[in-house]
Amino acid sequence: MNLTLKVWRQKNARSTGKMETYEVKGISPDSSFLEMMDELNNDLIEKGEDPVAFDHDCREGICGSCSMHINGEAHGPDRLVTTCQLHMRKFNDGDTIYIEPWRAKPFPVIKDLVVDRTAFDRIIQSGGFVSVNTSGNTTDANAIPIEKENADKAFDAATCIGCGACVAACKNASAMLFVSAKVSQLALLPQGQVEREERVLNMVDQMDDEGFGNCSNTGACEVQCPKGISLDNIARMNREYAAAMAAKGEK
Amino acid sequence: MSLDAKIPEGPLDQKWTLHKNTIDLVNPANKRHIDVIVVGTGLAGGAAAASLAEMGYNVSAFCYQDSPRRAHSIAAQGGINAAKNYQNDGDSVYRLFYDTIKGGDYRSREANVYRLAEVSANIIDQCVAQGVPFAREYGGLLDNRSFGGVLVSRTFYAKGQTGQQLLLGAYSAMSRQIAKGKIKMYNRHEMLDLVVVDGKARGIIARNLVTGEVSRHSAHAVVLASGGYGNVFFLSTNAMGSNVTAAWKAHKKGAYFANPCFTQIHPTCIPRSGDHQSKLTLMSESLRNDGRIWVPKKKEDAEAIREGRLKPTELAEEDRDYYLERRYPAFGNLVPRDVASRAAKERCDAGYGVNPTGEAVYLDFAAAIERYGNEKATVLGLDNPSKEEIRRMGEEVIESKYGNLFQMYEKIVDENPYKTPMMIYPAVHYTMGGIWVDYNLMTTIPGCYATGEANFSDHGANRLGASALMQGLADGYFVLPYTIGEYLADEIRTGPIPIDTAEFDEAENAVNERIAKLLTINGSKPVDYFHKRLGLVMWNEVGMSRNAEGLSRAMDEMNQIKEEFWSDVKVPGTADSFNQELEKAGRVADLIELGILMAKDALVREESCGGHFREESVETSGEQEGEAKRDDENFKFVSAWEWTGDSREAQLHKEDLVFENVELKQRSYK
Ligand SMILES: Cc1cc2nc3c(=O)[nH]c(=O)nc-3n(C[C@H](O)[C@H](O)[C@H](O)COP(=O)(O)OP(=O)(O)OC[C@H]3O[C@@H](n4cnc5c(N)ncnc54)[C@H](O)[C@@H]3O)c2cc1C
Ligand code: SF4
Ligand code: FES
Repeated sequence: MNLTLKVWRQKNARSTGKMETYEVKGISPDSSFLEMMDELNNDLIEKGEDPVAFDHDCREGICGSCSMHINGEAHGPDRLVTTCQLHMRKFNDGDTIYIEPWRAKPFPVIKDLVVDRTAFDRIIQSGGFVSVNTSGNTTDANAIPIEKENADKAFDAATCIGCGACVAACKNASAMLFVSAKVSQLALLPQGQVEREERVLNMVDQMDDEGFGNCSNTGACEVQCPKGISLDNIARMNREYAAAMAAKGEK
Repeated sequence: MSLDAKIPEGPLDQKWTLHKNTIDLVNPANKRHIDVIVVGTGLAGGAAAASLAEMGYNVSAFCYQDSPRRAHSIAAQGGINAAKNYQNDGDSVYRLFYDTIKGGDYRSREANVYRLAEVSANIIDQCVAQGVPFAREYGGLLDNRSFGGVLVSRTFYAKGQTGQQLLLGAYSAMSRQIAKGKIKMYNRHEMLDLVVVDGKARGIIARNLVTGEVSRHSAHAVVLASGGYGNVFFLSTNAMGSNVTAAWKAHKKGAYFANPCFTQIHPTCIPRSGDHQSKLTLMSESLRNDGRIWVPKKKEDAEAIREGRLKPTELAEEDRDYYLERRYPAFGNLVPRDVASRAAKERCDAGYGVNPTGEAVYLDFAAAIERYGNEKATVLGLDNPSKEEIRRMGEEVIESKYGNLFQMYEKIVDENPYKTPMMIYPAVHYTMGGIWVDYNLMTTIPGCYATGEANFSDHGANRLGASALMQGLADGYFVLPYTIGEYLADEIRTGPIPIDTAEFDEAENAVNERIAKLLTINGSKPVDYFHKRLGLVMWNEVGMSRNAEGLSRAMDEMNQIKEEFWSDVKVPGTADSFNQELEKAGRVADLIELGILMAKDALVREESCGGHFREESVETSGEQEGEAKRDDENFKFVSAWEWTGDSREAQLHKEDLVFENVELKQRSYK
């Protein structure tokens, strides 16, 4: 396949970026999008130019590193996949493809397509965990049976890979899908009950402090989430939040 | 220097308890004055950082990714073993220990493996308490599956995403300590050297991958949890960034490197499709519980399939060769990874491969779909269900078990694995070798520890499925936090370690010089070019099957690659910026030197064992004819290599392996 790529180039956080045009030739339809980018980069290096920086690691759709806006969609046109799992057979020979970084204020660009997503880590640090010691003196794992339905729902929420596509897809740069996935996972499990209220309040506060926008129920996040995290989680988080606020008022 | 594994006295099942009871403790008030560096935040490093911080030490943790949550451990699919015997199928600590020792082809340490089995049950309790959503049965209790090489069901899993869930557990424990200020997290930082002062590990030199700033970090102890080095083969199932740099730098500073040639080749990966490929994708081994492996019986059929004239579903049952079931009736498709991998390669080399490159065998779910469909029909009380209905119901069961794996396969191969059998082929997956450590997980450099895949300790010549996750978490949560006390107890009066010393100057200068060198060669070839060449030599000569001649040739070729790399590599950009090519260049340079050591190690080991098949060492008669031949008389040792300035001149030290509790038997899966 021969393709024309329009790629966002930005030297660092302080400089202004712009789109550059590159031609790539002889791409195998079986290669992944990132392998296509590798070929572009090796061409650029051989020509003595600066290769395009992009984040990636596992290339199996699970680490959540890869993050590109492709033709205006987070992770590109295919559904339920990350960019590393997007294959070139989804494009046509001769296509022009626009490639840009995630765009959201809380995700500043580091270089080219690489953005800083540490805001997500800080949200988790604010309470996205169960406060249990790592001493190994915990109760037997089967001591508390968990209803399969809840276990499955918790699992589905837990599959979030923290990629940030939800934020990138949202016109308000809301991080609600990400935050609600973690809140839901822990709210659905008996182990998460003790800190349930405090957790949701802290995480939502931190999310706001980081500058993420509000949810306006458009649902773009759900459509572009590679792990199919459901909007139900946002509804659950809102209920959790309201209940926690009410409980706080009573105390 | 002689190698002392420091295995505690006492009977096997009491060694760990007795040892823990006598280890020196550090008073909680003193822990506040002790700094520990943890390099790597996968399962091993993440768990260690969280646990050490909780105990009260000041921890600095480093990873090259933008977040600790993205470490390579996240990709593990299948599951984690633990001797819980929840299924009441006769599992026990001893049995897990025994399977692991045997699976490792008697090249691991009894005491370490027993300890691993012993703490395994705690790991599951710990993770469940952290909110890790393991698979459950309808009654609300935990579900289990079985994995290659064992006859009990002891593997805990979270669909095909076990590693992700376990890592998020460790990451959340870390996050809690980061919030408390007990862990200082350095994301996007790469350790580029170890600093040794008066013979003790006292810190590291790291580069901030965003700004390029090179900085000094001191501590009373350094823990390397930097993962495996499978990427020396270029194509592997490892994450793209996985590398040997941290371990290699420690090796050059005096840490012995053990059993480097022990590489695990995993039998169920998606075959290579072409030269553009950057990595290989694993299909979880759990698929072998239900999938049957076969190739055509006749070469003509294999050829017709390769050329697309014949579909696998059209081939009659009697024309298929279920070669694992044929050769190993007791274990069938569930033989250990090395056996399954070699058997697949043997069939493909003999001309029975089923994809265009001839490097693939089938993993077929048709029989399982029918079986599950029929079971479902019986449960629902349907009489005379149609073939289609049975298929549909069977496919539903398969989907609930392996749905995401099937989906992943379809995305990559563009074929529906419910309708047509999957194609698989072995690929490099895990490295059993690594930095040599004693029972306390300390390397040959006092104060420098190694955990998880970065060390060599528990897997021997072959790793059974679901045991790496177990080892990573065991080391991180339950072993290192105790054993490190033995060393740190003597450090309470040391005070903060200064960074303005000659040793730090020297290490930092060396790092800067090397970076400058890489940037000024300005040759003609990108780093990937050298990495691919290295990978090809490694796969062809130091891969699944090896011989003396090939190994010597490989050492020469790699040396040639090394020379060309240092005179012709082209690394664009600058040192003081985000520069991914520079990162890669440093890693590939280390991988080349490691590759040479791997070939050398393989050359010395003139026996076949585990995943390492030495063509000169084959059983020539009897029931095991044609199988790998281990040589306990001459090779029942760990090879630990000392750096002397050049991998080719590395010096061999042997740690003799002592087996007091198991009898060394021929590994037979017939
Ligand atoms: C696809 C796949 C599936 C697998 N499935 C299973 C399974 O089902 N069951 C099982 O038991 N095992 C499985 N494994 C093996 C298992 O996942 C790994 O062996 C294990 O996770 C390794 O953990 P670790 O903590 O030692 O290292 P890693 O998770 O590799 O972590 C390494 C860490 O070190 C950091 N690092 C490395 N170098 C540096 C440096 N120089 N400076 C700073 N930081 C550095 C990285 O950033 C990372 O944080 C699988 C492996 C793969 C590839
Ligand atoms: S919710 Fe989906 S899109 Fe958002 S971070 Fe998680 S996986 Fe990515
Ligand atoms: S590189 Fe890991 S999700 Fe894409």
